[in-house]
Amino acid sequence: MEVIQLHYDVNANDFTCAGEASGKLKRELKRLGFEPDVVRRTAIAVYEAEINMVIHADGGAIDASISPECITVVLKDRGPGIPDVSLAMREGYSTAPENVRNLGFGAGMGLPNIKKYSDKVDIDTVIGEGTTITLRINTAPAEN
Amino acid sequence: MKVRDIVDILDGSIVFGEDYLDRDVYRACGSDMMSDVLAFVKEQAVLLTGLVNPQVVRTAEMMDMKCIVFVRGKSPDIGMIDLAQEREIVLIKTDLEMFTSCGLLYAHGLRGGSGK
Ligand SMILES: Nc1ncnc2c1ncn2[C@@H]1O[C@H](COP(=O)(O)OP(=O)(O)OP(=O)(O)O)[C@@H](O)[C@H]1O
Ligand SMILES: [Mg+2]
Repeated sequence: MEVIQLHYDVNANDFTCAGEASGKLKRELKRLGFEPDVVRRTAIAVYEAEINMVIHADGGAIDASISPECITVVLKDRGPGIPDVSLAMREGYSTAPENVRNLGFGAGMGLPNIKKYSDKVDIDTVIGEGTTITLRINTAPAEN
Repeated sequence: MKVRDIVDILDGSIVFGEDYLDRDVYRACGSDMMSDVLAFVKEQAVLLTGLVNPQVVRTAEMMDMKCIVFVRGKSPDIGMIDLAQEREIVLIKTDLEMFTSCGLLYAHGLRGGSGK
């Protein structure tokens, strides 16, 4: 299998469609025959990050590279950036307003979930410019 | 238990998924916060929620869940039904509240995802 590159755009302020890209990626991974656990971990991590792009930023783009050994997903938004990443990573920390909570988000569990389900996460954020989250999921248990 | 048992136990009605009622389910979780649902993967097949929006169906999709139960008489809209149809997720509604619904299903053998 060669490295497969997939690209998805994520619209700002489109709560109904948020998760569309993650769903497509999930079905693609399933079709390629990855283990259910790998497919699910990737889907959940990317979904959380996609939702964050919609509710905390102004949308953005998702690029996935899929190889037999690992799945790397880069989520780049044009939002306000994250002032304190270690605080944002804490379980329960959320700046989500009331209307977002009423939609079932804002538990402050998204970033912790992303970390939990990924094998590696990098958060690159610049105030006023945006945030890029790069996550990697290893498809096979590490040897040795 | 089977998905059809859930309908009986909760005196509920099927909104979508007549064809999938013979699916076996062993674990469930109940929450109105989607990231809480996404935090613990333990092969839960049923999601009970009082929340009604498309992200409920998408959350179930990401978790490979088979059935969503809407409690407190909430009804999913047509957009959600379409989503569920594409993803083959059964939608059930009941007038019972969350606590009662979970308690009844637990008493009939359905279990939680429990633990980190
Ligand atoms: N892409 C982003 N751009 C700007 N801020 C972000 C972004 N992602 C997360 N944040 C900030 O980090 C906080 C924590 O994010 P996290 O996903 O953990 O929780 P949440 O989105 O608030 O709630 P939940 O994910 O449980 O629904 C957010 O409330 C927000 O302040
Ligand atoms: Mg979040």
